Amino acid sequence: MSEPQADNPSEPFEPKVVAFCCTYCAYTAGDLAGSMRLEYAPNVRIVKILCSGKIDAVLLLKAFEDGADAVYVAGCAIGDCHFLEGNLRALRTVAHTKRLLAEVGLEPERLEFFHIPASAGPLFAQRATEMTERARELGPNPLRGTAHKPAGSKLTRDQDAHPPLPEAKLGRRIRHAERVAGGTGGKR
Amino acid sequence: MIVAERKSLEQIEAMIEGMEKILVAGCGTCVAVCMAGGEKEVELLAAQLRMKAKKDGKERIVDEVTLTRQCDKEYLDQIAKYIDEYDVVISTACGAGVQFLAERYDGHLVLPALNTLFIGVAEGPGEWSQKCMACADCILDQTGGICPMTICAKNSLNGPCGGTNHGKCEVDDSKDCAWTLIYRRLEKLGRLDYMRKPQPPKDYSVMTKPRKHTHQAFTEAQQDEE
Repeated sequence: MSEPQADNPSEPFEPKVVAFCCTYCAYTAGDLAGSMRLEYAPNVRIVKILCSGKIDAVLLLKAFEDGADAVYVAGCAIGDCHFLEGNLRALRTVAHTKRLLAEVGLEPERLEFFHIPASAGPLFAQRATEMTERARELGPNPLRGTAHKPAGSKLTRDQDAHPPLPEAKLGRRIRHAERVAGGTGGKR
Repeated sequence: MIVAERKSLEQIEAMIEGMEKILVAGCGTCVAVCMAGGEKEVELLAAQLRMKAKKDGKERIVDEVTLTRQCDKEYLDQIAKYIDEYDVVISTACGAGVQFLAERYDGHLVLPALNTLFIGVAEGPGEWSQKCMACADCILDQTGGICPMTICAKNSLNGPCGGTNHGKCEVDDSKDCAWTLIYRRLEKLGRLDYMRKPQPPKDYSVMTKPRKHTHQAFTEAQQDEE
C-alpha cells in the first residue's frame, strides 16, 4: 500500500486514520465490508485488538503523538461484548483520553468510539469514511511534522536489588555483614 | 492507601516553564493503585508533556521511569546514574515521596505532579473515600469500627451534635452523619452500651507535626545494649 504523501506540504492533505477494532465485532464487520466489496476511505489503518476493552489511553495518545490525524476505537454493540463489558470500559477510556487530548490542545473530536456489530459491513465502511472526512475537516494533526523527532522515552531501570548491606550494628556490637552468593540476590 | 490525584497539565506546564530536559518519576505503590502516579500515569503524563511541547514548538525531552516506591531510600538510588542529565524531575508520588526524592537529590529541582488527598479505601473502580486521618490514638474499638474523627465534620467523639439530620450531616447533606452510622453498627453488634461510655477529651498533643516514629524493637534493643 502506498503511503499518502501528506508530510510533503506541496501534496494535498491526506489524513492518516487509525482504527482499533475489536476482533469479534468491528474487525469481523470490516471483513464483511470487504466481502461485500464495499468501498471506504483507504486512509484507515486497522489495528486488530482482542477486545475494545484492551484499548488504553497510553496507546491512543501514542497514536496521536506519532502523527495520526484521527483515531477511533470500534467495538461491539452494548450488551454484545464477547467479554461482557469490554466495550463499556473502552467507552470510558476513550472519554478520558478525549479529556487528555483537550488538555494538550488537540481537538478531542479527533478521537471517537463506535459500536459496529459483526453483521454491519456497511456501517463499518460508513464509519471509516466518516472519520476520514472528519480528519480532513479538522486538518492535519499539528504533531505530524515532529512525529519522528525524538522527545524522550522510558528509561531502563535496574531490577530491585537487595537493600545495601549496612554494618550490622546493635549497641556496641558491630558485624560487617556479607551476602551469601547464590539464589537471585548475589549480584552486587 | 494514600490517595492522590494528578494536577492539571496547565499547572504542571507552569511549573516547568523554560525547562528542556525533564524526567517524570513515578511511584509504584499507593498512587499506582489509585491511578494517579504509577507506571501508566507516568506514560500518559510524559506523552502529554511531549505532545504539548511539540505542538507549541518548544524543545523538550521527557523521559520516564517508575520506581518501586519513593518512600524508601534504596529505590531512590536507582535514578542516581541518570539524574544529572535532567533540568527537573517531576515526581508523581504522594507528598512524602516528592519530599524524599527532593531530599535524596537535594541539588536537583524536584516538582510534584500530584495533589495528595487522604488515607482511604477503594469504594469501587475509580472511587475512593477517606477513612483515617492518622490521629495517633485509635478509638475504633469503641465506635463499631467507624471513625468519628474522620467521618464526623466536627470530630465529635461523644455522640452526635444537634445537626444530625435523618442520618446526614448538617455541614454537608451529601455526607453521612458518623454517629448515625456508629449507632446503627453498634445496634447490629448488640453493643449499644458503648454509646453510654464517655470518651475522655482527645489528646491532640500526640497529633503535633511533623511526627516521627521508631519501631519499638529498634529502640528497646538499642537501649538494652547501651
